[in-house]
Amino acid sequence: MKNKTSDARVKGSQLIEIRGLKIEGYSDDRWHPIIKGIDLDLKRGEVLGLIGESGAGKSTLGLAAMGYTKPGCRISAGTISFDGKDLVNASSQELREMWGSKISYVAQSASASFNPAHKLMDQVVETATNHGVMDRTKAESDAVDLFGRLQLPNPETIGGRYPHQVSGGQLQRAMTAMAMSCRPDLIVFDEPTTALDVTTQVEVLAAMRRVVEEFNTAAIYITHDLAVVAQMAHRIMVLRHGNLVEEADTRSMLKAPTQDYTKSLWAVRALQKPERSNTDIILDINAVHASYGNKIKVLDDVTVKVPRGSTVAVVGESGSGKSTLARAITGLLPPSAGHISFNGNQLPPRLQDRGHDQLRRIQMIYQSADTALNPRQTVRDIIGRPIEFYGMNKGRKTDNRVAELLDAIELDESFIDRYPGELSGGQKQRISIARALAAEPDLIICDEVTSALDQIVQEEILRLLMKLQKDTNVTYLFITHDIATVRAISDEIVVMHKGKVVQQGLKSKVLNPPHPAYTELLLSSVPQMDPDWLSNLLQSRAQ
Amino acid sequence: MTTEPQDIRSIRTRRSFIDNARRLLKTAPISAWFGMVIIAFYLFIAVFAPLLAPYSESAAIGKAYEQPSLAHWFGTDQIGRDVLSRVMYGARNTIGIALLTVMISFTIGGVLGVYAAVTRGWLDQILSRLVDILMSIPVLIFSLMLLAMFGKELYNLILILAVLDSTRVYRLARNTALSVAVQDFVEAARLRGEKLPWIVLREIVPNILPPLIAEFGLRFCFVFLTISALSFLGVGIQPPTADWGSMVAESKTLITYGRIQPLIPAASIALLTVAVNFVVDWFLQKTSGLRDEK
Repeated sequence: MKNKTSDARVKGSQLIEIRGLKIEGYSDDRWHPIIKGIDLDLKRGEVLGLIGESGAGKSTLGLAAMGYTKPGCRISAGTISFDGKDLVNASSQELREMWGSKISYVAQSASASFNPAHKLMDQVVETATNHGVMDRTKAESDAVDLFGRLQLPNPETIGGRYPHQVSGGQLQRAMTAMAMSCRPDLIVFDEPTTALDVTTQVEVLAAMRRVVEEFNTAAIYITHDLAVVAQMAHRIMVLRHGNLVEEADTRSMLKAPTQDYTKSLWAVRALQKPERSNTDIILDINAVHASYGNKIKVLDDVTVKVPRGSTVAVVGESGSGKSTLARAITGLLPPSAGHISFNGNQLPPRLQDRGHDQLRRIQMIYQSADTALNPRQTVRDIIGRPIEFYGMNKGRKTDNRVAELLDAIELDESFIDRYPGELSGGQKQRISIARALAAEPDLIICDEVTSALDQIVQEEILRLLMKLQKDTNVTYLFITHDIATVRAISDEIVVMHKGKVVQQGLKSKVLNPPHPAYTELLLSSVPQMDPDWLSNLLQSRAQ
Repeated sequence: MTTEPQDIRSIRTRRSFIDNARRLLKTAPISAWFGMVIIAFYLFIAVFAPLLAPYSESAAIGKAYEQPSLAHWFGTDQIGRDVLSRVMYGARNTIGIALLTVMISFTIGGVLGVYAAVTRGWLDQILSRLVDILMSIPVLIFSLMLLAMFGKELYNLILILAVLDSTRVYRLARNTALSVAVQDFVEAARLRGEKLPWIVLREIVPNILPPLIAEFGLRFCFVFLTISALSFLGVGIQPPTADWGSMVAESKTLITYGRIQPLIPAASIALLTVAVNFVVDWFLQKTSGLRDEK
């Protein structure tokens, strides 16, 4: 094995050189281009951010830098050279020797990447011992050292735990430790914090950035979140449809993006709705308690008032009880105490006891449009069913109404006979919205409706929701963990933490100081587009 | 926007069933084609056996154990019946009885399985444990015992096999329905106020149909083999009704003399089983979501 002398790892020498790379994927009996000829350079110690929508080819490009293509994909042209070695023509044996020891990979879902049957330590030291870099005892003490550097609690003992015994953020850091164990020349981070809460994300980002700097490792950081990449990367490449749109160092790219597409990515964050206050309360949740199986209390004395025609955002981390609140309102989980009034009348707690009219007036839109639409029904059936079910129209008139609704969600009528599988993610979410609108509801509960979508599509959906509110005066209860979304569309904000309401008030009041301690933590953890944001935040928190 | 109501349905006509079938068949591999041709051939023989068979299934028209000749292509059996005619009638009996049995077993297992998955609770518990108990006893031995208890009549045979087989169908139907029942679109239907029949028939069943149809093919093979095995042992379909299993049993000693009489019904059994499996394999691959990612 080549000795890693200090000058071999000198910062600034060329590590990766990709020229004219083309990658194709096989589906429907044809090869489709995924990457359409991209050049990429990476120097030692440099962090490169790859951003773009899903389908832009950023993961494919990141993996290609490791010399890997997903099953069903092939490199059709171009060269990849890693530290002078040609990865395109390398044998699988050669590649296997490099992976783990010189190149490693941190995946989006740490919980899916760890083997639940083995302790963390066994999995973290495995690469180092398998590649013969160190023996087991040395690898273990090194892992403990890495755990400490990554600021995991109890670094000496945490390796003895199983993956399910640590939190998502800790697992993601353990995976970074695993990737670091051989001190690789390159780490590919593939959306490593996308599945984490903002408060956890800050710690993970800080830990990753520190170890990458300490060991002078080159990294490719793949994400769709601009603010995150601004903290991590020295240089940013924007990809779209397998092409390079723009490449520049982080600061100049943030300050002055040159391409229209990049500008549109930046503009999403500018969306903002002026707040309105309203005293006509449509939904009054009064001292509601709820628990699963009489044991785990998920809602603890929750009181929320929702004014008619406005948008109330419920924010909080995962596990804060915000989705349970939606289940309590819809009657799927009857509250154990407290009551919910709707339009001035008390709602029966159980779904079965509610009348058609009560059901019609409260509709729900789900996070994942993939599972919210029956894959065996056409758009006509999906949207038409509520219309006929609630007796609003029949037969041909239903079709007319479906066409009207398609028009309202800005899709043309040719979509009427499509199945959900023939639609894009954003289109599916539009169909979900149309299904909710078809019932002509007073209140729509939106449960993380934009979090599975790309930023540009997110903005379109949010704009559509705002337009529909203006047209129909429908009320939204908007459940989300994304503060940027909240800022964009809400009138009022409810902050939840561990089943309790921390704060409710108008947007201007909640988002501006003084905050309760938890709101402060939550708001300050939301990444900003300023590349110095993370450093400043860590500094101010350290004080 | 001015849209005439009549226009809407014509914007994009639904692909007809025949269209879909044609698209599907275009992509069928050679093994699936082979299977489909064989199955079609068998079904044709089964349906038109009385017209196609040269002799009746039970008439002794020649000497015992005649060699194949122009009059008797596959020779004759131990009491001089034409083997070709009996194989043809055998197709009718064996396939018909197996089909009927599988249909009954799918009705019982499918309905109970989906119902258990949707309602959950104590009924699900009781049914599932009962199924566990039944599945812990080997089918062939259990059915032998039950046939001895209730008698060797045809309807007993069909009912016993159908009930024993429905346990497997129940499991599959329950598990697939369970994974569909937790999806958001089912919750959306419940929130809309839909009643149970709609949720089951319109939301769940269309989504679990592909694995169930594939299972139908496999269960058909299995039942058909079990019937043949039971007939071979003498408790299945009773003489003089022609049946492949009992035909093998009746002429099994001839195998030592190098004669083809026992091989004909045995090969019929084997060929049909292989053909059905080919088709099911292809269908499963087509519908199980093992497609390329886009």
